[in-house]
Amino acid sequence: MKKIYILWLRQIKKYLRSKSRMIGSLAQPLLFLLALGYGLGSVFQQAGQGNYLNFLSPGIIGMSILFTAIFSGIELIWDRQFGFLKETLVSPMSRFNIMIGRTLGGATVATAQGVVVMLIALIFGFHPANWLMVIPAVGIMFLMALLFTSLGTMIASLLDDMQGFQLIMNFLIMPLFFLSGALFPLQGLPKALAIIARIDPLSYGIDALRALLLNAGHYGLGMDIFILSSVTLIFLWLGSYFFKKIQV
Amino acid sequence: MIKATNLTKKFGDFLAVDDVSFQVKNGEIFAFLGPNGAGKSTTIKMLTTLLNPTSGTVALNGHDPVNHPDETRRSFGIVFQDPSLDDDLTAWENMEIHGILYDVPNGLRKRRSEELLKFVELWDRKDSLVKEFSGGMKRRLEIARGLLHHPKIIFLDEPTIGLDPQTRNHLWAYLRELNKNEGTTIFFTTHYMEEADRIAQRIAIIDHGKIIAVGTSEELRKQTDTSSLEDAFLALTGKVIRDEEANATDRLRTMRRAWKK
Repeated sequence: MKKIYILWLRQIKKYLRSKSRMIGSLAQPLLFLLALGYGLGSVFQQAGQGNYLNFLSPGIIGMSILFTAIFSGIELIWDRQFGFLKETLVSPMSRFNIMIGRTLGGATVATAQGVVVMLIALIFGFHPANWLMVIPAVGIMFLMALLFTSLGTMIASLLDDMQGFQLIMNFLIMPLFFLSGALFPLQGLPKALAIIARIDPLSYGIDALRALLLNAGHYGLGMDIFILSSVTLIFLWLGSYFFKKIQV
Repeated sequence: MIKATNLTKKFGDFLAVDDVSFQVKNGEIFAFLGPNGAGKSTTIKMLTTLLNPTSGTVALNGHDPVNHPDETRRSFGIVFQDPSLDDDLTAWENMEIHGILYDVPNGLRKRRSEELLKFVELWDRKDSLVKEFSGGMKRRLEIARGLLHHPKIIFLDEPTIGLDPQTRNHLWAYLRELNKNEGTTIFFTTHYMEEADRIAQRIAIIDHGKIIAVGTSEELRKQTDTSSLEDAFLALTGKVIRDEEANATDRLRTMRRAWKK
C-alpha cells in the first residue's frame, strides 16, 4: 500500500511542479469555452436548445480529463526513455502494483484538472442545476480519468518511442473527443454518428456529468455509470496485461 | 551467489549473449569486462530480471529471475549504466522512493539516506531537483541510492564513468568496506582496467557474446603472457575498435519494431 502511495505521490508532485504544463493544459479548455461557448451561444438558443455554455461546460471538463489522463498514461514512454521505469521494474514491487500506483496518480491529476476547468467554467457563467450534485460529479470525473489513464498506459506499453505519438493524437484522442457529444447534443443525430458516439466511452462520461449537473442526460445515469465502470475495468486489465510484458 | 548456466540471448538473428556460464561466489568482488557491444549489459539485464533469456538459466541468491522475479529482486541492488533517476524530484525524494520500494523501515531509511548522501557529498543539495545536477552529481546520487537497501548482491554497470579519481577512490573504499562488513557480493563492469585489477578478486572477459577467459588478474596475465591486465585484455580481445554497441542497439530496435507490427 505504501509503495502504491509513494508512486502516486510522485506523480502528484511532478504535476504540481510543472507550472508550464498546468497552464498549458488550461489554455485549450479556456479557448473552447470562449470561442464556442460564447460564439455559438445565440445560434444554440435560437434553435431552442437553451444555454450553450451550460451545455458545453461538461463537454469541456470531459475534454480536459481525456487529454490529461491519456498523456499521464503515455508518460510511461518518457519514463522508459529516461530511465526511471527501470528503477521501479527491478524493485521488489509487483508489476501490477506499479501499474496501479501510476494509474491512480495520473487519474488524480486528471481529476484535479477537470475540477479546475469546472471552476473556470463557473466563472464564465456555467450554472449547475443542483450544487449538491457537484460532489458525485467529481466521482464521475475520477472514473473517466481512471479509464483514460489506463488506456494511455496500455498504448505506452505497446509503443517504443514518441514517434507514434502523432498518430495516436490524430486517430485516437481527437476522434474520441469530437465524436463524443462533448460539443453537440446526442438527440436527433444522423444514424452513423449516433452509433459512433455510442461506442465512444467519453460520451458516457460527459453524459453522466450532464445528467448530474444539468438534469439533462441522454443515455440515463445508471447506464452511463455501468458502461464507464465496465470499460474502466477492461482497460485496467488490458493495461496491466501489457505493462507486465514490458522488457527494458 | 550468482550462477549462470548456458545463458543465451538472441535478438532476431543477432546472438547478443552466446551460451555463457559462470559462477560468482558469496562475498566475492567480480569484474565483468569486455569491449563495447560484447554482451555485458545484456547479461546484466538477464541477471536482474529485466530481460528473459532465450535459453539457459540463472540462479541469483538461489532464486530464478524468470519464475521468481520478486524474491530475486529483493536480493540485489543495481546501478545502471544510463541514468534512472527522476529528474523532477529532489535527491532526497529519489532516496525516499527507493527506500520505500525496497521496504527499508522508516528510521533506518532516513538514517542511511543521510549517511549515504553525506558520503557522496550531496547532503547540502538534498533538496535540490535532480535536473539541476551535473552528470557527476547524478552518478553519485545514483550510487548512493543503489546502496540504500544494503542488498546481498550489488550490480554496478560502469559505475565510475564520468567520476573524478577522488570520487572513484572514495566509492571503491566504501564498497570494499561494505563487502568486508556485510559480505556483500559485488558484480561490476568497467572500462578502466587498473580499476578491475585493483578491486576485483576474479575477472571474466566476454567478447562477441562469449566468455573467453575467467580468473584472477594474475591468472589472466599468466595465461596471455603479459605484464598488465590491460595488455592481457587486448591480447584476448584484439585491438580492433568496436562499433558493435550501436549496431547491437540498432538491431534490437529494428527487431522490437518488427515484432510490434
